[in-house]
Amino acid sequence: MTAPIISFRGATKVFPGRRRGGEVRAVDGVTLDVHAGEIFGVIGYSGAGKSTLVRLINALEPTTAGSVVVDGTDLTGLSEARLRPVRAGIGMIFQQFNLLSSRTVAGNVAYPLEVAGWSRARRAERVRELLDFVGIGDKADVYPSKLSGGQKQRVGIARALATNPKILLADEATSALDPETTADVLALLRRVNRELGITVVVITHEMDAVRSICHRVAVMEHGKVVELGDAYQVFSAPRHPVTRRFVASALKDRPSPAVLARLRARHPGRIVTVRVDEVAGSSTHLTHVLREHGVDGTIVYGGITEVAERPFGSLTVELVGSPDAVDAALTGLRAVTDVVDHGTAADPRDDASAVVPVPGPVEGSDR
Amino acid sequence: MSWDQLGPLLWQAAGETAYMVLVTLVVGGFFGLTLGLGLYLTRPGNLLANRAVFAVLNAAVNVVRPVPFIIFLAVLGPVTRAVIGRTIGIEAFTFAMCVMATFVFARLVEQNLVSIDPGVVEAARAMGASPLRIIRTVLVPEALSPLVLGYTFLFVGVLDMSAIGGYLGAGGLGDVAIAYGYRQFDWAVTATVVVIIIGIVQLVQLLGNSLARRALRR
Repeated sequence: MTAPIISFRGATKVFPGRRRGGEVRAVDGVTLDVHAGEIFGVIGYSGAGKSTLVRLINALEPTTAGSVVVDGTDLTGLSEARLRPVRAGIGMIFQQFNLLSSRTVAGNVAYPLEVAGWSRARRAERVRELLDFVGIGDKADVYPSKLSGGQKQRVGIARALATNPKILLADEATSALDPETTADVLALLRRVNRELGITVVVITHEMDAVRSICHRVAVMEHGKVVELGDAYQVFSAPRHPVTRRFVASALKDRPSPAVLARLRARHPGRIVTVRVDEVAGSSTHLTHVLREHGVDGTIVYGGITEVAERPFGSLTVELVGSPDAVDAALTGLRAVTDVVDHGTAADPRDDASAVVPVPGPVEGSDR
Repeated sequence: MSWDQLGPLLWQAAGETAYMVLVTLVVGGFFGLTLGLGLYLTRPGNLLANRAVFAVLNAAVNVVRPVPFIIFLAVLGPVTRAVIGRTIGIEAFTFAMCVMATFVFARLVEQNLVSIDPGVVEAARAMGASPLRIIRTVLVPEALSPLVLGYTFLFVGVLDMSAIGGYLGAGGLGDVAIAYGYRQFDWAVTATVVVIIIGIVQLVQLLGNSLARRALRR
């Protein structure tokens, strides 16, 4: 495991309230490490404290307790003047892009270089290079108001990368974009991570963003990290209710109770949900086992997608055959993967663990 | 009054008005911008948030601004004497105009800066920019268009103030309209001055609008 480039130790941020006792603990005792070279996701619903957490990294908000160490520098208690060079070494992109409307695209990208004291000639060269990297080399002399959202975020990324930072912070960077543009921007962030070796911290409430690019994730609620780990593990075995809700919203692969009722009405056979992931392998096993036991399988629901670039999902199948053969096939499947038996319309088995947690009031949620 | 007499009179008065207005626009504009930036920056939650300084600046603006200018001239008397050395004449009058214009423009500047997206300021901070640099490269350029319009508005206000220059013997177009028109029952003189003033205001407003549009970058 590589050395941490960002270390939170009991990091806490309390905003004073307007009235006494009205203080807000936006970040509450967070301890975690972000490793150099990874794409780290922080997910949570709005108000969970993730935006504040990311602002502790470049000290736009100072901690009120605990410490934050970035690339060997302890930010705790540093003066504004001492923090400025630290900030200049960390790129940041924003949901609303935050481009200067009074400057052209090139002028925006040149801004951090001016701050860093680069000469005019070097600035011009670097700006060209950056705009080519993000794929908008032809927009240099255009004002931001003439750009689409995706183009604006590309300018934002170019600007954030200008001074060759080691860390890029993305604060809801794709939340204002349509799905297609989101995919483009996420792909660009992945390139930034792979080709330039920049550590990326992605803050988002969109599980899709995490699913497609993050190596590790932290799930936040009420200012605390409630789940932390490898993105694939967090997805495949979510423990906290908030995480389960996120996973369910991102992978619409498991039938909800209502869907299940319709499936049973439509399909007379035994309905089972079979998990497909890296460990269980592809659906090849499913085909083999069913053939072995002389059972017919019809896929009636589900989907397989990628999490952290590895396969993940589930298939819901109607099994038709003699009851003994179906039981034997189920036993065979259970040996290789997780199987949930929903039974038949005549003999329904409601296995709660199979059913997607219903989005809605979950205890302890902040919505 | 014949045109032969009125012509040179108006010419001289226009020169006095131009002096008063231009000096006030430059001096009041500069100090107003500074004071307005101070108000904006020290406002709670902003770049140089400082409750005490903000309270003092805010109170000063609120106290000075509503005082009618003709009364303000009298109240400011001792200060004018201390700075200019006398309380009458075009210099003394212009000094009072500068002070009032500073407070008026300060509020205009502050109001225009408040409309800037705080996210842009945050982005500049995240790139390691110092407060002074942010003022110079973010706040002023981003609010330039409304600032130009505010400055144009200030021009009209300053021209308005200059009309009572006659009370301190500062002369100006307003003085001609009062002394030679109103007091001598010569309506034509008053009307002529009004037409000239309207013409000037129209021209300046046109110029301000066109500059503001060019500064908008949209």
